[in-house]
Amino acid sequence: MANSPLHPKYEVKVSSYVLVLLALIVLSCLNTGLAFLPVGIFHPIFAVGIAVAEAMIVILFFMHIWWSSKLMKLTVAAGFFTFLVLIVMTLSDYTSRAWGLW
Amino acid sequence: MDSQAIAVHGHAEEGHHEHPAYLLHHFETVEQQKAASNFGMWLFLMQELMFFGGMFMAYLVYRAWYYPAFAAASNTLNWKIGLINTIILLTSSFTMTLAVHYAEKRNAKALANAILLSIVLGVVFLGLKATEYRDKFVEHHVPGASFSIEDFVTGNGTGVPPMAADMAQHTQLYFSLYFAMTGMHALHMIIGIGILAFMWVKARAGAYTEGHTAPIDYASLYWHFVDVVWIFLFPLLYLVNRHPVH
Repeated sequence: MANSPLHPKYEVKVSSYVLVLLALIVLSCLNTGLAFLPVGIFHPIFAVGIAVAEAMIVILFFMHIWWSSKLMKLTVAAGFFTFLVLIVMTLSDYTSRAWGLW
Repeated sequence: MDSQAIAVHGHAEEGHHEHPAYLLHHFETVEQQKAASNFGMWLFLMQELMFFGGMFMAYLVYRAWYYPAFAAASNTLNWKIGLINTIILLTSSFTMTLAVHYAEKRNAKALANAILLSIVLGVVFLGLKATEYRDKFVEHHVPGASFSIEDFVTGNGTGVPPMAADMAQHTQLYFSLYFAMTGMHALHMIIGIGILAFMWVKARAGAYTEGHTAPIDYASLYWHFVDVVWIFLFPLLYLVNRHPVH
């Protein structure tokens, strides 16, 4: 069967998946350990940063987006971009509505 | 009438061509069918993202408003169970990836075992979650009529100084979001386990290993998505402020 640009063929070794799992477990433990360190206001940034890294690893390798067509990569990126729009627009309203009234 | 229906199909002049039984008539090739259904599955997952996104948004705003209440309430959760559950769920994602791998390799026995392992890990996750829910009921930390702010106004077991009663009341907001988000996540897992159980039975009978792996692919995508949601829930709910500076 031809290698269609819409549905590319690829082959991944089980050992690669094991490495992905180990990376995810290490990152989860790192995130937990970090919560006990005195990093103050930077903690949420680190915590969400590590969670984003983990989510990207799952999406790229377990969900095979790394080997998928450009259409699929764009679809997933568009989905997360829409979610970011929700966050940014809502928070900009909540933080600026009472601007100067504090 | 039937012959006319075939005629408008567009390929009548070629006559009947050989193709697998699972290739639906409105697709030209198996690749095209896979690309289209994979695209559809991802669109479904992206609207699921927006569904959970609303709750994450509510969490973000209330956490910013009532941070002391959120920090105190978060500290009453058992982070050890949270971390163990995270590792269990990540491992179940791994076994689900193996299921896709073995379906493609046409190894029916390994496929059935990988699905079964994912189900078992999912059930263990839900079991641990149930013990956590039970603790919350015992501690009167479930929002509603039996909710008690006592632990928060006395600072008992919260790891942070005692707080005023009005701020302590806002811990109910945290627990409402905690139960809504983890509850909705658990519901997704229960649905996922149901789908996997169905597939396990069919896989044991030899399904999915004759080239038609799509149902396994999409069950796997769904399972991974539920995993991704938990990857964010764990730090946001369990690790708000484990190192109080004050």
